[in-house]
Amino acid sequence: MTAYLLRRFLSLSLSLVAASLVIFLVMEVVPGDPASFMMGINADPQAVAALRTQLGLDEPLPLRYLGWVAGLLQGDFGVSYTYRVPVSELIAERVMISLPLTLYALALSTLIAFPAGILAASRRNSAADLSVMGATQLGVAIPNFWFAMILVLVFAINLRWFSAGGFPGWDAGFWPAIKALTLPAIALALPQASILARVMRSSLIDTLNEDFMRTARAKGLSRGQALRRHALRNALIPVLTIIGLQFSFLLAGGIIIENVFYLPGLGRLAFQAITQRDLIVVRSVVILLVFAVIVVTFLVDLAYALADPRLRRRRT
Amino acid sequence: MPVLSISGLKVDIHGNTVLHDIDLTLDPGQILGVVGESGSGKSMTALSVMQLLPHGSEWSGRIEVAGTDLATLDEPALCQMRGRDVGLIFQEPMTALNPVRTIGDQVAETVRIHTGASRREAFAIAREMLNRVGLGEDRFPLDRFPHDLSGGQRQRVVIAQAIALRPKLLIADEPTTALDVTTQAQILDLLKQLVREENMGLMLITHDLAVVAGLADKIAIMKDGEIVEAGPTREIFTAMRHPYTRALFSASAHVPERGRKTEPGDIPVLSVENVVRDYQQPRRNLFVKPPPFRAVDHVSFEISHGENVGLVGESGCGKSTLARSILALDGLQGGDIRLNGHVFTSAGEGPHPELRARMQVVFQDPYGSFNPRHRVRRLVTEPFHLVRDPPRGTELERRIDRALTEVGLSSSDADKYIHEFSGGQRQRIAIARALIIEPALIVLDEAVSALDVSIRAQILDLLAGLSDRLDLSYLFISHDLSVVRAITDRVLVMKDGKIVEQGETESVFRNPQHPYTQRLVAATPSLEAALAAPAN
Repeated sequence: MTAYLLRRFLSLSLSLVAASLVIFLVMEVVPGDPASFMMGINADPQAVAALRTQLGLDEPLPLRYLGWVAGLLQGDFGVSYTYRVPVSELIAERVMISLPLTLYALALSTLIAFPAGILAASRRNSAADLSVMGATQLGVAIPNFWFAMILVLVFAINLRWFSAGGFPGWDAGFWPAIKALTLPAIALALPQASILARVMRSSLIDTLNEDFMRTARAKGLSRGQALRRHALRNALIPVLTIIGLQFSFLLAGGIIIENVFYLPGLGRLAFQAITQRDLIVVRSVVILLVFAVIVVTFLVDLAYALADPRLRRRRT
Repeated sequence: MPVLSISGLKVDIHGNTVLHDIDLTLDPGQILGVVGESGSGKSMTALSVMQLLPHGSEWSGRIEVAGTDLATLDEPALCQMRGRDVGLIFQEPMTALNPVRTIGDQVAETVRIHTGASRREAFAIAREMLNRVGLGEDRFPLDRFPHDLSGGQRQRVVIAQAIALRPKLLIADEPTTALDVTTQAQILDLLKQLVREENMGLMLITHDLAVVAGLADKIAIMKDGEIVEAGPTREIFTAMRHPYTRALFSASAHVPERGRKTEPGDIPVLSVENVVRDYQQPRRNLFVKPPPFRAVDHVSFEISHGENVGLVGESGCGKSTLARSILALDGLQGGDIRLNGHVFTSAGEGPHPELRARMQVVFQDPYGSFNPRHRVRRLVTEPFHLVRDPPRGTELERRIDRALTEVGLSSSDADKYIHEFSGGQRQRIAIARALIIEPALIVLDEAVSALDVSIRAQILDLLAGLSDRLDLSYLFISHDLSVVRAITDRVLVMKDGKIVEQGETESVFRNPQHPYTQRLVAATPSLEAALAAPAN
């Protein structure tokens, strides 16, 4: 078990190093010189050159890479070309919204998907199964921004239960902040829950057809007992994979929902930075997302090993 | 009082009657063999007793387990009965256990759901039962997982959980079909001993007459959902009143008629010289490369023109790896393989496609080895990809036609899909696919192992006839010694990657030299031996 985790940890650390290298090099070849962009089109070439020196853009490539990585390790992401504030501050502010939103949406999605998937699989072809399948089909098909707008229309404009957008900040207290994130989280969770419920259902149906489920019944377990004790854990592996992917997707992929609800999240930050050629911010957001994905992958691997003892000694 | 009494049992699944008017009784301490081919309803009978029939089934008649009429029990009462009064053992030990729970946990579960036993008490009983089935504490602690165990060991765990509460009735559905002969002999011994010592009734379901002949007190022979004949074992086999019993018996012991003896030519069809096949083992330590596992260890043999050679051995002995190497599906680490004198494959080099066409293969599973979306025409002409100038038009039609009629199918079958055929017919199509390119050698990897005895007899006849007519050589790989004995001229016995004995088939089987061969031959259930033994 320890060896398995150590191996996974090592291989993921290597991925992180490789990713940082690729991100750095790609940002180098992307057209658009930050210094001339910052100074405007009519800038004096000498002033631009001075700025380049100030930003450290004229040092040799390997040195700049090492400098960047050393900075990252100390939490120093550099200074934004456009905002002129440390990138770490910018990102920290946004993460405080995007991360809770992601976790909130993921929790909702899991809470909806598990019971729905289990119900559908255990009563296959029943009315309950057909309703779950119909509802999830709809959930996958509906674009989430449209659903978000319906939510705003119903719960913010008509019922006035929630505000239509914006974020009061965590200083305003825990519950007001959570309340502001509720509608966006629901809008994000719906399609994810639909996908997850379908995966749960098909994985569970496969497991229910396994020979060991018949063994469980032959021992005298009722259908429900057999499902709880023998099927669920076996059905979990594909579900965990999807949850891991959804986390990474939600963290930065919520940009449309962030726009609908006027939330200053990571997605919006990345979008603005790209349009303004603020490469240092883009680079930092991307490396942060890569890091998040790698951490989540590691957690999912850990969950795999807990769910399935066969993986604990497998070569990866 | 009998532990099981079934009378007038009838089962319909979605309106199709699968069991008609079944009558069976089983007394404590007795073994009842239920014998039949696939689809005869023998497993359905077992599921009726467990009341675990598939969805959409309806049953009528009377089933009594230890005097209790099952019709009077509701679902919770049936759950109480299953596992406590009746234990069930399945065919597939590899998949019958939950892979994510320990063996101790799974055996203890039977105890815990039926008795109020605490976790500690249940685990103590589980320990006792695992010891009872021969899995001692030192090598098999309770916290081992099924994937650490071999097939035979897993089957012992399944048996332990079935007998944990000392049920009155034990049902074993093909318990040894997936196991090697020596393991089969051990499991059958264990079952027999448990029945005698615990005074249980055992219903032993099998397709193999030889297995029940040496074990069962009574036998019921089933066909198409009916019992065609039932009675004490000896009486059934000596009298053989029913024609189906006779047919089953003769098919089990079938030896195909084989004509011409082979005369060793100057160039052997296949010559295997010093073949070595290594597998890389998984790394346990990040910095130390583990030594390779040698699956085939300097194997050499030859097959002459028209000769049938058998390759036998237990699972894991390397016979399938050797087959893959001969077929050049894997690379070699040493030695070389010649076909008709030309180098077919050697270390680091694969065969030329044209040469590959001279060697074809038929696999075990007649269901999994065809693409279900292709018509038979396309399936059987697949090997033509190997030749530079494949036949077209009427020539192609002629070849398809000939291959299909050669294996006993008709030319109209070419336009059908594979799901329209039975297992035996599919195996004929697999043979047609191998034949169509007129190979010199066909490798038959467990080619008849998945077939019922009567179908198996027909396929063996077909193979023998083809070999005579077309001057074909076979390499016949099987774990089933009786089949190899029936069809081959020479036999190779493989153990731990080495050929430990080879020679004329009859002399090897009559007078095995190597201790391993002696063990194999002794463990193989034999109808004649079982019937010749004095009554006990």
